Amino acid sequence: MNEKAANEKAVIQKNAIEARNIVKTFGVGQAAARALDDVTVEIRQGEFFTLLGPSGCGKTTLLRLIAGFEMPTEGTILLDGQDITYLPPNKRPVNTVFQSYALFPHLTVAQNVGFGLEMQGRPKAEVNDTVARMLALVKLEPLAHRKTNQLSGGQQQRVALARALAPSPKVLLLDEPLSALDLKLRKEMQIELKRLQVETGITFVFVTHDQEEALTMSDRVGVMSQGKLQQVGSPKDIYTKPVNRFVASFIGETNFIAARAEAGKVHLATGDTIDIAGLSAGGNVTVTIRPEQLRLVDKTETGAMRATVKSLVYFGTDTHCYLSLTDGSEVVARLQSPASGDAGLTPGQSVGLRAVPGAAQIVLD
Amino acid sequence: MANPSLKPQRKRAFSVANLPGFTTIAIVAFVALYLPIITLAAYSFNASQSVAVWGGFSLDWYAKAWANDQVKDATVRSLIIAVSASLIATAVATMAALGTTRRRSFKGQTFIYVVINQPLMVPEIVSAVALLIFFSSIKVATGYTGLGYLIIAHAAFCIPFAYLPIRARLEGMDLSLETAAADLYATPWQTFRKVTLPILAPGVMAGAMLAFVISLDDVVITEFVKSGGQDTLPTYMLGQMRRQLTPEINAISSMLLALTVVLLTLFFLLTRKNDQ
Ligand SMILES: Nc1ncnc2c1ncn2[C@@H]1O[C@H](COP(=O)(O)OP(=O)(O)OP(=O)(O)O)[C@@H](O)[C@H]1O
Ligand SMILES: [Mg+2]
Repeated sequence: MNEKAANEKAVIQKNAIEARNIVKTFGVGQAAARALDDVTVEIRQGEFFTLLGPSGCGKTTLLRLIAGFEMPTEGTILLDGQDITYLPPNKRPVNTVFQSYALFPHLTVAQNVGFGLEMQGRPKAEVNDTVARMLALVKLEPLAHRKTNQLSGGQQQRVALARALAPSPKVLLLDEPLSALDLKLRKEMQIELKRLQVETGITFVFVTHDQEEALTMSDRVGVMSQGKLQQVGSPKDIYTKPVNRFVASFIGETNFIAARAEAGKVHLATGDTIDIAGLSAGGNVTVTIRPEQLRLVDKTETGAMRATVKSLVYFGTDTHCYLSLTDGSEVVARLQSPASGDAGLTPGQSVGLRAVPGAAQIVLD
Repeated sequence: MANPSLKPQRKRAFSVANLPGFTTIAIVAFVALYLPIITLAAYSFNASQSVAVWGGFSLDWYAKAWANDQVKDATVRSLIIAVSASLIATAVATMAALGTTRRRSFKGQTFIYVVINQPLMVPEIVSAVALLIFFSSIKVATGYTGLGYLIIAHAAFCIPFAYLPIRARLEGMDLSLETAAADLYATPWQTFRKVTLPILAPGVMAGAMLAFVISLDDVVITEFVKSGGQDTLPTYMLGQMRRQLTPEINAISSMLLALTVVLLTLFFLLTRKNDQ
């Protein structure tokens, strides 16, 4: 009995953040716009969760609602199972790393990092201890007494991180924290962030519109578009099993081919038939196949789609081969470049095209 | 042969400021502004009685002004009024600036700007007459005749001077700093104390100094509002000049000038863009 209750409790407590049916509208009447449209999401304790989506899809808005800078028009937000929907930001054990860093210009690096702890009224000794620990964590000890405007972008970034981590929040929110950094620094900070997350065990909610960043860093990704959460899943799930056309095209490159599903078989508009595992849909569907899952075969091979090579673009490790199918639609195949660098193809050439078994997926529109 | 028009002519960057004539006009304006002041300061060291004929170097007029009890009284009064009025004006201006910049534009915003900046727009003589009439009815009703009237009148016309630099500073402030403070567990009051005010401080100081200088220098409103025996330094000087003009006036003016220059220099240092 006791054990069962404890188990149940453990299950309930697994979610750090639970957002339920969140609607957020800005403006009133005619000018009202829905930034978030019925978003429900559960973010697990200790995970690296990424919100991914194009500009204006509502990522920042969702983050601001979790931080408490804004209140939802409808819906509830729970933190560790407690309703925090209308709690002001200074009462939430949630901290933010701002895109602009928002470091206090009148304070030193150490004072910035200690700000949260001081406001919480922690004893001086504890503040100093934690600040020292945080500065060590982000490798900024030598700069403790600098003013923040004497730091480079990457260093400011680390101060912002240390400042937000110092009060040991239950959840750390990061709004495109790397977007102001150049490519090299960005890659370094990606690794650094991941390391910090693992070391501290704090739940990270990370916002980005860079799909590569989302795939490489996250435990789970939530893909958003136009105020709606389209799909939540592991990077692998999102990439290999996109639920709809938007997710399939936003994450990586892909090909869409119109098709009809009938009696467990999928008939492409090109007249070919392919197998799709676990097919349940019927009628008109869209099939998606990633470029790297297409293989060029001999045009006489049975079951292969017929295609004509349109153009070839050499990318070093691989070569992108643009092809047109018999129904006129265009697809791209990514072929590993052979050692000679020459794929042995010429535009205008007729070839056979085949998807790697299991690679074709059906997506909703 | 190379195209002659492409030959480098003179090392001079392309700039509108390099248009011919600009330098001349600037120099003329500079002379017109500063020559009288330099003359005034120079004649304060004049040994003769005249403010126009040089009679050798001396510090007599400074000593005389220093020993003059009326000058001392007027100076003390001027300082009391300027300090009190600039403190009041700065406090009001800070609140007004917070109120007008920290919200989305609202109906009547322009009206509020006009109200705050009224002293800059209404002719000073009109304000002076209005204050005279208003205060004299209060004087009759209450019997109070102290410096309070002058302090309130000065505070009122100093508000826009204090308001402008504070508002400029507030508008330049990154609002996400306050959001960050709230995120880091600061209450609204702590946010104001620990973040807003320190960042605003140079603007507030600049506003206070400007208000102080403006108050110190006022003649028109003071002349109308003051009761008997409430001369400030400027009104005392005006009264003296009606009787006789001696280099003592130059000496007092020069000291006032020195103080103003120091304060205004501080003001510019504080409002410099590239602070901290
Ligand atoms: N304060 C506001 N007032 C009015 N509309 C707003 C406000 N904040 C956001 N919006 C609108 O809500 C929508 C979502 O904005 P949000 O900032 O959440 O997008 P985002 O996904 O963070 O985009 P980006 O990647 O460009 O930062 C946008 O259409 C935006 O115009
Ligand atoms: Mg955003």
